[in-house]
Amino acid sequence: MAACRLVSWCLTVFTLLFLFCYRITVATDEIEVCTSRFWFNYRHVANTLSVYRSVKRLGIPDSHIVLMLADDMACNHRNPKPATVFSHKNMELNVYGDDVEVDYRGYEVTVENFLRVLTGRFPPSTPRSKRLLSDDRSNILIYMTVPLISNSFCRYNELLFIIDTCQGASMYERFYSPNVMALASSQVGEDSLSHQPDLAIGVHLMDRYTFYLLEFLEDIHPASQANMNDLFKVCPKSLCVSTPGHRIDLFQRNPRSVLITDFFGSVRKVEITTEPVKLIPNISEKDEKLTEEVMLTEPQKYVEQMPVAEIIHQIYFGTFERYWIGKFHGVSRISPEVRISKPYQTILFGGSVYKNSYRRGLSRGE
Amino acid sequence: MGLLSDPNRRRALTSLVTRLNTPLCVLCYLVGVSWFMGLAFEPFMLRTYMSENAMGSTMVEEKFVFGERAISYTREFAGQKKKTGGMPVDWLVKTMKSRGLEVYTQSFSQTLPFPDEVKERYMVRGTNVYGILRAPRGPRTESIVLSAPCSEGNNNNQAVGLLLAIASYFRSQIYWAKDIIFLVNEHDLIGTEAWLEAYHDVNMTGLRSSPMQGRAGAIQAALSLELSSDVITSMDVALEGLNGQLPNLDLVNLFYAFCQKTGVLCTIQGKLQRNDWDTLPGYTHSLSTMLLMVLKQGSGHPQGDHGLFLRYHIEAVTMRGINSFRQYKFDMTTVGKLIEGMFRKLNNLLERFHQSYFFYLMPSLTRFVSIGYYMPAFGFLALILVLRALDLWVQLSDPARALEDGVSEGEQDSSPSLLSLATPVIICHLTGLALYFLPVLSQEMAIQHFPVSETEAVVLTAIAIYVAGLALPHNTHRVLSGAGTERGWRSLKLFSLLYLAVLLGCTTLINFSLGFILAVTMIPVAAFIQPHRSSKVLHGVALILVSPATTLLLSIYLYHELIEYPVSLLECWQHFLTAVSQGILDHHLYGSLLYPLLALFIYPCWLQFWNIVFWK
Repeated sequence: MAACRLVSWCLTVFTLLFLFCYRITVATDEIEVCTSRFWFNYRHVANTLSVYRSVKRLGIPDSHIVLMLADDMACNHRNPKPATVFSHKNMELNVYGDDVEVDYRGYEVTVENFLRVLTGRFPPSTPRSKRLLSDDRSNILIYMTVPLISNSFCRYNELLFIIDTCQGASMYERFYSPNVMALASSQVGEDSLSHQPDLAIGVHLMDRYTFYLLEFLEDIHPASQANMNDLFKVCPKSLCVSTPGHRIDLFQRNPRSVLITDFFGSVRKVEITTEPVKLIPNISEKDEKLTEEVMLTEPQKYVEQMPVAEIIHQIYFGTFERYWIGKFHGVSRISPEVRISKPYQTILFGGSVYKNSYRRGLSRGE
Repeated sequence: MGLLSDPNRRRALTSLVTRLNTPLCVLCYLVGVSWFMGLAFEPFMLRTYMSENAMGSTMVEEKFVFGERAISYTREFAGQKKKTGGMPVDWLVKTMKSRGLEVYTQSFSQTLPFPDEVKERYMVRGTNVYGILRAPRGPRTESIVLSAPCSEGNNNNQAVGLLLAIASYFRSQIYWAKDIIFLVNEHDLIGTEAWLEAYHDVNMTGLRSSPMQGRAGAIQAALSLELSSDVITSMDVALEGLNGQLPNLDLVNLFYAFCQKTGVLCTIQGKLQRNDWDTLPGYTHSLSTMLLMVLKQGSGHPQGDHGLFLRYHIEAVTMRGINSFRQYKFDMTTVGKLIEGMFRKLNNLLERFHQSYFFYLMPSLTRFVSIGYYMPAFGFLALILVLRALDLWVQLSDPARALEDGVSEGEQDSSPSLLSLATPVIICHLTGLALYFLPVLSQEMAIQHFPVSETEAVVLTAIAIYVAGLALPHNTHRVLSGAGTERGWRSLKLFSLLYLAVLLGCTTLINFSLGFILAVTMIPVAAFIQPHRSSKVLHGVALILVSPATTLLLSIYLYHELIEYPVSLLECWQHFLTAVSQGILDHHLYGSLLYPLLALFIYPCWLQFWNIVFWK
């Protein structure tokens, strides 16, 4: 029964662009995204919120987390315990609580917004809570793959993908960016299964892989020395029913030397020094120059659609867009009809004014 | 050259069709009938499964424990019903209001075309009482209905009692996303029809009703409850609706899943499931269950109050509690848990039922036959008509060949005029029109001249017109001269065969059971009749045996055999008369299409064949 349901859920995942659940965590900056709608996908929101809780416990503050939830389970009419989302029946742990900060909600959770968050292409008016403020020293963790994040924008140092979905291994097969490590809950041709139902609420609460992953993470504290090899062994086939897999060939370091807290926690290295450090000179002048620039710019018009096509051109200098979209989805099962719609293409010729404003946006906020 | 345009090849094909016509027809018939019989064989059937994702499995915790409260409501309701002599509207309104529902009443009145002797009513006046439980946090856009009929005597008191107990329990829960309407309707089907028409603001059957004051949004599903005892031994589910429409299979699967969970014995067509499908008794058991469903669906009569909801695209079933002589009984609490579980799952629905099948046959509660599997049975039968028509076409286009086959000599006319072909057709259809309109319109005249009641007058008029139609061929031939030629009857037969094929095809698409029953009986005889002097009597008798009226008689007989309550010939005839009157009443009261179809289309078509047998 659960398998049948998940098969159809998986088909929905692959055919409908907006219904897959994924989470991106940056070690110092984190994005939590869940795009699963409808009451019977309660467990995906519970998954996301549980991992959010775990990661917060390991030290990443809310100011560095962008949380995207596509549907409101806590306040759904069918929730017999309103304002709560439970992930574990026996522990009765309310992962929603009263200090959850949701930055993107409901219909704001779209592929376009997600790409904006990843690539930093925001309109100037976007509040800081909706931005991913990472740089070339951040470690990025992605829970379900959005494989096409290249390092050309100096957006990340190392990338860890964790995928909890059916046929998860197919997502990481297409990666080619450097410094990427990937874990998946199931191989190609297998389904990922849900874990436990709650009879009072009437839905499944968690998926198996995430459940055992979180059990593992419960034992991790900020000073833990557990490494990636332990993470690979998190859910054996006897518990998960599907066969989890991983990919480490693109990663430069040995997984044994990579600590879990490199990705899941916010561990700041402290260097003690007795010598004075010279700060950047003329910092006050630079500030004034920046504000002057802001005053002198003419009002920019916000173009309607995200210039994804422009990103393509900047990334690949003319690579054909369908190839990009194919790579973006990572699986050939995505129908080829899913592509950028026409308005995006027209923006390509939108003019240099727009291009410049975006460049400026990049250099300012990072 | 193409296959059909090359004259040699064409001649070869046509000779093949004419030579092998009879064996092919016989083969098709045998294949069609055995295909249908094979549908009940378990390895050929699919297991039922839940298609709707939103409903999921039965994982929900039922907490209903108020069986005793239901019984006390039952006693009160029975007392009040006896006191008021009908529906205790005020008591119901007061009780529902005290339980926290928004209560509204709706009064309606309907005049039947003639008095209904089965239920003894003529001018029906009644009131429906319904209470709406508003979803605590939801928008008021969708709703689910739980209905219990207020019947005469001591029937269905427990249904109303349980409905009230469930209403008070549901009121204290906060997880409802849809409004729930608790409906107590009077005069069963007429009351339900009045409520539905007023709710959806349509007027299809000439009912007069007071305006609807309270609404709850679009109805997603409905459950009709019939309980007449404090304890039950099993729960029966009735599926067939008006004009043979069926609810979505997911609703039936939901019922079965929760019966399994609460441990209640569940039956369909009153029969329990058996596990020995590979033995002959096991096979005949599932075959008889399927045949019962076919007969009920073919009659087009709604088998419960739910049958009228289906027309508005509201999936509904009727659940009947049966108290037989089994030892293990289930109390009201268990039935309440069953209903609670089903409602909690219906609550999770995001859209109307649309994932599972709408056209199916059920030889048992866990097995079903979908339309893709049962349609070929009819397809083979329709093929017989096409083959015969092809044969006739070939004969008509090649007169020399016709003379070889035909018995008559001489009289090699040109093709018969359109008049001589159209005349029998028009006269037959006029007879059909008379059969449709006259019985109801002329009942007053009939009462004046004969000492019969109105119902009997209507039924006997219908039968009289039916039989009078048999005398037609002798009369039409006197009117038209020179109409009796070989080509004449062949063209009439060709037209009739194609007409029958189209009729039965269209009927089968909407109501497979009705189409199949008519096809199995009429098609072989229609294909083989010929107006030859020697075998005229034989053909005539064969045709009478498959006429719609005889088919109805035989179906009633078969139905009583299958429910293991066999009837004698006289009782069968009484049932037949009742069925005719009920058919006419159903048509006027609820818009059932069986009587118009038979009177206006099938009967004239059959009369055309009758004309052919007596062709001179």
